[in-house]
Amino acid sequence: MSRFRKFSAFLLLAVLAASPALAKKAGLGREALPEEILAWDTDVRADGVGLPAGKGSVKAGEEIYLQQCASCHGEFGEGAGRWPVLVGGQGSLKGEGPEKTIGSFWPYASTTFDYIKRAMPYGNARSLSDDDVYALTAFLLNMNGVVKEDFVLSKENFAKVKLPNEANFYDDDREKTEKHFWNKAPCMKDCKREVKVTGRARVIDVTPEDGNKAIKVD
Amino acid sequence: MSDQFKPIPPSEPGTSRRRFLAGAGAAGAAVAASAGAALAQQKPDPLITDVQDWNRYLGDSVAAHPYGKPSKFEKHVVRRDVEWLTASRESSVNFTPIHALDGIITPNGLCFERHHGGAPEIEPSKHRLMINGLVDKPLVFTMEDLKRFPGRTSKIFFLECAANGGMEWRGAQLNGCQFTHGMIHNVMYTGIPLKTLLDEAGVKTNGKWVMPEGADSAAMTRSIPIEKAMKDCMVVWAMNGEALRQEQGYPLRIVVPGWEGNMWVKWLRRLEVGDQPWHHREETSKYTDLLADGRSRRFTWIMDAKSIVTSPSPQAPLKFKGPNVLSGLAWSGRGTISRVDVTIDGGRNWTTARLDGPVLPLSLTRFYLDIDWDGREMLIQSRAMDDTGYVQPTKDELRKVRGTNSIYHNNGIQTWLVRANGETENVEIS
Repeated sequence: MSRFRKFSAFLLLAVLAASPALAKKAGLGREALPEEILAWDTDVRADGVGLPAGKGSVKAGEEIYLQQCASCHGEFGEGAGRWPVLVGGQGSLKGEGPEKTIGSFWPYASTTFDYIKRAMPYGNARSLSDDDVYALTAFLLNMNGVVKEDFVLSKENFAKVKLPNEANFYDDDREKTEKHFWNKAPCMKDCKREVKVTGRARVIDVTPEDGNKAIKVD
Repeated sequence: MSDQFKPIPPSEPGTSRRRFLAGAGAAGAAVAASAGAALAQQKPDPLITDVQDWNRYLGDSVAAHPYGKPSKFEKHVVRRDVEWLTASRESSVNFTPIHALDGIITPNGLCFERHHGGAPEIEPSKHRLMINGLVDKPLVFTMEDLKRFPGRTSKIFFLECAANGGMEWRGAQLNGCQFTHGMIHNVMYTGIPLKTLLDEAGVKTNGKWVMPEGADSAAMTRSIPIEKAMKDCMVVWAMNGEALRQEQGYPLRIVVPGWEGNMWVKWLRRLEVGDQPWHHREETSKYTDLLADGRSRRFTWIMDAKSIVTSPSPQAPLKFKGPNVLSGLAWSGRGTISRVDVTIDGGRNWTTARLDGPVLPLSLTRFYLDIDWDGREMLIQSRAMDDTGYVQPTKDELRKVRGTNSIYHNNGIQTWLVRANGETENVEIS
């Protein structure tokens, strides 16, 4: 038995050695330098991992916001035109026109910091200092009633900030709650009695003009 | 089955004449009787009897078009956008003209675009891909490094924006499948499995998530579970045999088969491995599905089975009575399309359509139904099924579970009303 086991082990090793698929590295590329990783790896996670050193006050944030952000997002975060609304919307999520703002919808404050740092201001990304981003985040949290006016947001106290809607997110459950959409034999014949048109796109009339053209049937 | 609807069986020798006569129906005799008279009155077609310019003079030289373009007579087949949808055209979307295309492959120049900070122009020699985080050795690659990796592969996949159909949750809104269903394309990608790169860096045992990041001004990020990353994701530099188009991520993008398009990060410059998801903007404030009770589903990555009749449709109305080819597309992010049923009487009766061409997993699948149309009003729908047994639901069945606020993942059955004059309209029915 033991001889057989040894032989099996030998066989297995032989197979492993011969298999080109087995984690044989191509040796391509080069090791990333710490400075390079630091330059690109700016992402911040919900638990605060990735936050840089720094801090910023609500008051400092308001000044930067009025200069850099208000032209699109509105002086009070109400959004100009179709630009994103950042403030308000509490209690609107079940209604006809839900307003999904940082205060009413977003689950984590870290998302605000991460996104401003990576992509804002729109068209001039990565131009703000880390302290500016802390200040802007503090200002937006204050506008949404999450922190007080004299609050100073920092790497140290960031994880303590909680947004009110966090508990209302849950992982995809379609395979459970929509199980009835799996059906081996959908109806093919006499599936319903009468059919009425209940809505028409033409009534709303928002299709771009050149999308359609006049037609004639032969 | 409704008598106005006569699906034609797959062609056998000698059936085409029978088919035509059946289609003409009671009017057939009258048509036949007048045909002789019409022939006598007809003048010869000058397009045939006269020598045409293109038949006499030389055409373009082989040097005229080093990179060919569609005929000028096809200039209406273009991507279109809906200006009121977004605040700026740099962070916006346009739509694939699926009503004017056939087969399953989308031409590169017609693949819909969605970017969040404009489509950057990146010189490939200046592009880098970094892998860092929970790996044994963080690495940097040039494009030339990537193209030398063993295991290069080419695969066809659909890419659908999670918000495809998002404007239709509250009811029929846009007249044209380009606008209701055009945030989709289907091309053959060439690159290497993401697993190859992750293995090269060596993922640590606590590495459970991978975050791709773009090099554009939006620096797009999403969290992808390691199982999916290792299973079938790809890092690609080519589509339909040529380099990626600028608007599709040139020089490098990630492919996440069957999952929502937003995760397919373009202009890919970094892959980070972590032990938790990042909960970034595009997976919290966006691309989460708000339900009627005010709670939201997150990580709804898979695109459920869906189909659309592309012809007839509002931009591709019926022009003739008699034989017509009803055509459409079906796809599923869960697997392979196994069947598509079509109704022309608003869902009272259904007929199984013919799947044509390659039927591949996680790819667009083309279906056809050859019909004779007697000119009566039709309410056309298609219903896709995939090999997991999932059946595309009606819009009302979807709304019953999800309400009307979810924006994303609207895979409900679409209805077209075809009028007696062939005009076709986006409607909802009971």
